[in-house]
Amino acid sequence: MPPKRSKSAKSSAGKKKKGGKTQSPTPPPPDHPEDIFPLVLTSATQELFGCRTDEDVTRENPYKLLKKDDIIQDMRMRATVSDFTPARQIVLDYPEEELLLVFDRDFTYGVSFYLVVTPEAKERMLKPPEPETQEEAETEINKTPEPKEWISLGSEQEVDEESVGQTREKALQYVRLQREVGKAVSFSDCSAADAKEHYLECASYQDSRFSITQMQRDCGTQAVPTLQSSSAQTHRKFLRNLAIQYVPRVFSKEEVESILQSESLNTFCSTVTSSVLLALQQEVITNVFFDELKALSTEEDGDWSGKVSKGLSLHQAFTDQMYSKHKSVGSVHWHPTIHGVIAVALKGKQEELLVRPAFIVFYSFSDPSNPQLLLECPDDIFAFDFCPSNPNIIVGGCSNGQVVLWDISTHVTYIQGTQPSSKKASVNIFDLDDDAVIKTPAVRHCAVSALESSHKAPITDVQWLPPTFEVTRLGAPVENLYNICVQVVTCSPDCTVMFWDVRKPKILSHMVTESNQNGDQTALNTPFVSEMFKHLDRTWKPLFRVSLPNIHSSGEYAPLKFSLEHYTCNSSTNAEHSDENEAKAEVTPEYSQLSAPSAKSGLRGLDDVNTKFYAGTDCGEIIYTDWKIEKDDSGHLYNSKPLLCFRTHHCSVNTIQRSPFFRDIVLTVGNCNFAIWKEEVMDGPIILSPNSEHECTAGCWSPTRPAVFFIGKEDGSIEVWNLLEKISEPMHVHAHITNTRITCIRAWTAAPKQHFLAVADDLGMLRIIEIPKTLYNPSRKESSNVQKRFGSETDRLQDYLKRGGLWEQGLNKQEAEKLKKEVESEKQKSKKLEVNRKLYSDFLALEESQLRHTGLQTHTIPRSAHIH
Amino acid sequence: MAEVEETLKRIQSQKGVQGIIIANSEGIPIKTTLDNSSTVQYAALIHQLVMKARSTIRDMDPQNDLTFLRVRSKKNEIMIAPDKDYFLIVIQNPSD
Repeated sequence: MPPKRSKSAKSSAGKKKKGGKTQSPTPPPPDHPEDIFPLVLTSATQELFGCRTDEDVTRENPYKLLKKDDIIQDMRMRATVSDFTPARQIVLDYPEEELLLVFDRDFTYGVSFYLVVTPEAKERMLKPPEPETQEEAETEINKTPEPKEWISLGSEQEVDEESVGQTREKALQYVRLQREVGKAVSFSDCSAADAKEHYLECASYQDSRFSITQMQRDCGTQAVPTLQSSSAQTHRKFLRNLAIQYVPRVFSKEEVESILQSESLNTFCSTVTSSVLLALQQEVITNVFFDELKALSTEEDGDWSGKVSKGLSLHQAFTDQMYSKHKSVGSVHWHPTIHGVIAVALKGKQEELLVRPAFIVFYSFSDPSNPQLLLECPDDIFAFDFCPSNPNIIVGGCSNGQVVLWDISTHVTYIQGTQPSSKKASVNIFDLDDDAVIKTPAVRHCAVSALESSHKAPITDVQWLPPTFEVTRLGAPVENLYNICVQVVTCSPDCTVMFWDVRKPKILSHMVTESNQNGDQTALNTPFVSEMFKHLDRTWKPLFRVSLPNIHSSGEYAPLKFSLEHYTCNSSTNAEHSDENEAKAEVTPEYSQLSAPSAKSGLRGLDDVNTKFYAGTDCGEIIYTDWKIEKDDSGHLYNSKPLLCFRTHHCSVNTIQRSPFFRDIVLTVGNCNFAIWKEEVMDGPIILSPNSEHECTAGCWSPTRPAVFFIGKEDGSIEVWNLLEKISEPMHVHAHITNTRITCIRAWTAAPKQHFLAVADDLGMLRIIEIPKTLYNPSRKESSNVQKRFGSETDRLQDYLKRGGLWEQGLNKQEAEKLKKEVESEKQKSKKLEVNRKLYSDFLALEESQLRHTGLQTHTIPRSAHIH
Repeated sequence: MAEVEETLKRIQSQKGVQGIIIANSEGIPIKTTLDNSSTVQYAALIHQLVMKARSTIRDMDPQNDLTFLRVRSKKNEIMIAPDKDYFLIVIQNPSD
């Protein structure tokens, strides 16, 4: 397309057209082809030539042929004024007669008319109706694409492969007939279809003479199951034996008689008797099936393997920097129901001058480095105990003589290990910020005894009375209605053993409510205090006291530990009564709702409870006394004197424990030895160990083996004693279990294969030691063997005492004789002495006289130098 | 008659004998020193046992025959003497 003209040119052209009269020729736009000459024609010229715009010449008919002569004439006439002047030369040169004048309405070249210069162009214009100016542009557009150079892209190879052509030269074979050798041969093409004789055609046709019978035919088969429906009917009922009752055949009396008379029976008897008698005698003589070898074995099968470890292996060690520093462990108890929880009472050592808060710390197996729960104590706790019927209640004895009660039922989840907060994800050891320490939950005590009615010395032993019986104010045992533990026994070196009742005392109920109101205010401040024992707080008084008057002299014993006999209720009592008990026992009431029964309540007295107990004093004596208070003639209540007292241990007694297998066997551990007592034997310990060089500080029976017990020593070693093997020395000594003295040992059975021993020492550390299999698997008949042993020991003791008595008598005689002899010899001695003295004094006198005689002596020898 | 009584007496006098039963070949008791129910039970059960034992012995060797059977249990010993027509059962308590 020719480029657009500038607007200015257009507009000027437009002006021109409108004006029509202006003669100023516009310079022809440079973009017009050669054979066209734009021309401006005035209206006069237009009229002259008959090409007036829009009349003669329109858009549809823009062509006007003008005669050349006319144009020349016009040019002559008007000379320079003529419009054709610029095209004068063109016109003159024009070969033909007529020129084409094109009316350009669109002003393609800036003017309204243009003259076609060449005749070829004229032809072109006239013939094809399209304007000349467009023609060239279109031809340029519609040009056919020229063939390009072929670029080989590799397709020629494929084409070559596919094409069929000659791969080799034609092989020409000359066929020379024998007879015509040498003759010129000329080959020529011959088409097979041209001549008929060049091929033979066999067309197929139907021959009716024979036909091919089909011998084989492929066919398919399908098997179909033949179904046949049929029916049958059976009888519903068919006879079957449901039960068989039979009666043995017996002979009638006559038949029996007749048989007995028969001869054959007689012969039978005679023949058979001898062999039967022989067999019977054989049986009496010996038992042929008795296996002597097997009966010799005393041990179990598993002990023959030498791989079983004999030593006590350390399972875990518990200590805590914050709470157990500079403290020694006073007492240790396993939690009776929760697995792997152990409570440790820490007490300060005597050197401690600062008063630090005292705690009972609960450790759990799951978290050895941190205590799970703390029990706040008003003072150091020397002894504590879990309530057997409700393990959430703990009673403890303080060093100031008060008895303290805790209720941890709200915090039990901490020690059960279910609380996620008790398990720390990561503790930064180097974290110096104290606030980041995760606080162990602490439970405050919920009741303390009244200070004035408590012990005057530290409480050294606390135990719950078993739930099978309870005790009245006079110490008489009566039945326990609800089978829960309600009473606590404490002992202290202030020479008393006190019985306490945790229920609400009836008499003081109105006073208690007053103090409750006061107590409410303080209870609001401490959120963790349980409400269970509020009735006891600060007003708790003991039920009664047991004093231990000395047998031989005046004064009293100072008990450190005691041991009661555990009483199990006999079920052979009144069936009615036991039913009543059961009905009541289904609903175990809270302690605060229970009240101590009055003396006249209808509780049945239990006569077969053993009210006597063993107590160990701080002088090393073991006393066996009765706690029942008896009435004097004058109506005074007093405690009877102890039944027996033995000075077996030289220093304080630190453990008294009943054997878990035998009700009447007690182990007492004192300063340098230990003793085993049997309850009925009043003469002394049935077994007394030899004195050991180290102090024995703790003792514990094994819970599974009746003959084994553990003794803890001052140097941190544990001795394992087996009564069936040796009595004079321990079966095994495990040294260096702890670094300092062992203060407490407690054994516990966690699982049938896992038995633990908790060993507490003086540095506040608690070690859990696993007992090896040999020490917890009882040997065969161990219980009966041990009982036999104890029996033999008892006999030995009694025998010994008897002999001792005899011997003493003999000794007395001997001594009397000896005394006599001594007295005699002394007399003789004194006589001799006198004689000697006399001689000496004579000699002195002689010497004096001699000296005086010789004149050497100036003064007399003082007479005071006597021979004594 | 006297023979039978004498036999019983002799056997009864041995140490540890608890009871004696004489039964016929079909297991019906003839004479006994125990009570009726025990007798009947013993006779019937032991009859079956004797039959089984005898057939066992004879199956293994047809020339062989059962002469005596002793059954020892925890609590006592039972001795059985079989014959063609009758068998004798003695129950004894072993000494140990």
